[in-house]
Amino acid sequence: MANPLISIRDLKVHFKRRRQLVQAVDGVSLDIHPGETVGLVGESGCGKTTLGRAILRLSEITSGSVFYRGQDLAHLSHSEMQKHRRHLQMIFQDPYASLDPRMTVAQILSEPLDTFSLYKSGERDGRIRELMETVGLSTRFVRRYPHEFSGGQQQRIGIARALAANPDFIVADEPISALDVSIQAQIMNLMERLRRERNLTYLFVSHDLRAIRHVSDRVAVMYLGKLVEVADAKAVYDNPLMPYTKALMSAVPVPNPRVEATRRRLVLEGDVPSPINPPNGCRFHTRCPWAVAECRQTVPELREIQPHHWAACIRISPEQPYIEQASSGSQ
Amino acid sequence: MSLLSVRNLRTHFDTDGGVVKAVDDVSFDLEPGKTLGIVGESGSGKSVTNLSIMRLIPSPPGRIVSGQVIFGEKDLLKLPTEEIRKVRGKRIGMIFQDPMSSLNPFMRISRQLMEVTELHMGHSSKQAREHAVNMLQLVGIPDAAARMDSYPHEFSGGMRQRVMIAMALSCRPELLIADEPTTALDVTIQAQILELIKKIKAEIQTSVILITHDLGVVAGMADTIIVMYAGKVFERASAMDLFDRPANPYTKGLLMSVPDPLRESTARGELYQIPGLPPDPANLPAGCPFAPRCDKAADICRREFPPMVQVAPSHESLCHFAKEVYGESTHLHS
Repeated sequence: MANPLISIRDLKVHFKRRRQLVQAVDGVSLDIHPGETVGLVGESGCGKTTLGRAILRLSEITSGSVFYRGQDLAHLSHSEMQKHRRHLQMIFQDPYASLDPRMTVAQILSEPLDTFSLYKSGERDGRIRELMETVGLSTRFVRRYPHEFSGGQQQRIGIARALAANPDFIVADEPISALDVSIQAQIMNLMERLRRERNLTYLFVSHDLRAIRHVSDRVAVMYLGKLVEVADAKAVYDNPLMPYTKALMSAVPVPNPRVEATRRRLVLEGDVPSPINPPNGCRFHTRCPWAVAECRQTVPELREIQPHHWAACIRISPEQPYIEQASSGSQ
Repeated sequence: MSLLSVRNLRTHFDTDGGVVKAVDDVSFDLEPGKTLGIVGESGSGKSVTNLSIMRLIPSPPGRIVSGQVIFGEKDLLKLPTEEIRKVRGKRIGMIFQDPMSSLNPFMRISRQLMEVTELHMGHSSKQAREHAVNMLQLVGIPDAAARMDSYPHEFSGGMRQRVMIAMALSCRPELLIADEPTTALDVTIQAQILELIKKIKAEIQTSVILITHDLGVVAGMADTIIVMYAGKVFERASAMDLFDRPANPYTKGLLMSVPDPLRESTARGELYQIPGLPPDPANLPAGCPFAPRCDKAADICRREFPPMVQVAPSHESLCHFAKEVYGESTHLHS
């Protein structure tokens, strides 16, 4: 396999909130290869948005590394980082909030061109029109303001802005969550077409498990600041190994009444604990139906349980990958 | 006999841009003990339908222009305000997307729950308190007796939704209206809440109207589904029929545009997409409001409003070509 485009090593993002330490991202390692889409899923508060932002240095990194083309972004000064920014872009969840309401589409799209000194003034208009056409916006709207567009169109503007400086890696943070169902499909298709045409690499962050399955080559599942399972999308959905992933997958409502009528769900008890005082040992042990005493002490490492299928659970192993068959221990 | 029968309901809003016909000639029936799903995107009129049934439309700018909402023997739209208050919370319970919008942040949970049964069931404060503990236990609040004197902010989102369900069901209503009850929740918590609604529905034998944009959620919950678009009912069918054989191009497009994680063929590649944008409700196009986005649209669709066509017993579709669409869509899932 080719060298990864982005290589995250033992990344930690800790911050203080109300004088308490929040371990939002706590020791994450992940490789993202050129041209692939990695889906990052998890529930609210699991740290997925913070992880996405930290890769782009939009959240302050506490420790660890983010290698991009061999260079560790985590230790660059702000001015050195600025040189890389045109290659590393972000698409935000709330398209309206991420666009300056006082700027026209033309101004919004020329901002990155100014910042990175791209395209001479004579080429500007052409570039802006090209960007608008690329994302399916009529160039007639070039002088309009964000509020004159629908949510889906605003997200297209956000995507065009991210593309303006020809990036090769984009973190898309819940890019379709604020949109209606019929518009979600449009944006997913647009992003997939752009990835193919421009050889983009995505980290697609979402809590929407159906969307993640559709857009991703590989999926990383996050729980309370840690990755608990990483594998090909198909493997994560059809053959989840870590108990939290199993519960997550069985909770996804499927748009098929026949399946829903006969499905047996693994419904978890209780809520996600706070990242301020995460449980010791395996952070999932408080909700895990298979937890044993040792799960409260030992922090599970992400291990390759099956080829290219990594999971963090001390109760499974390459010899015994299925927790249902693990001998029941004493609680 | 139906528990609830909505006939030709029209609710309009006066806005600067003109009259918005948010709900325009909506009819449906709900049988006792059944769950009706109302599916639609934002602006389709699904929530306004619910608020109209409850007579909670802010006026101005909104007004119920015409129609009937027959619940039991009575037309709720004709009841005096005093009478409708007795129905709300007692015979019809409601839960909303955001529990904080229905819970008073300054009042203990216990007080809020007790108020309901003191008002509607004439409970003494002791009876009301006992009842409140029972309800909180029923919806799975651990350590209910101790926790009931907490304030809403002391509960998590999922727990608050449980408290709201407990409150909505306190008087054992004949009808529970749930408007996007799990939209703000995480998927594992959503699964808990949906299981809870199913369980309690069976236990207290209430009927449910479930309003949602999520086709997966209705697939698992509803007996009958109506699909709304631009204030109109576009299709009505049993859940099985609707998903197996949609008879309306909008429904069909919606079903095909949602990735199904269990279906191999949907992974990667092009997802079906409905082109264009939902119409501006103050400026609906002539003819069928979906025509500008419909790949089946013909001249007649842009000219004439479509008829409601019955394609099978208990299966209707608002489309000039309903029978054709129905004929073409055999078993999307097999």
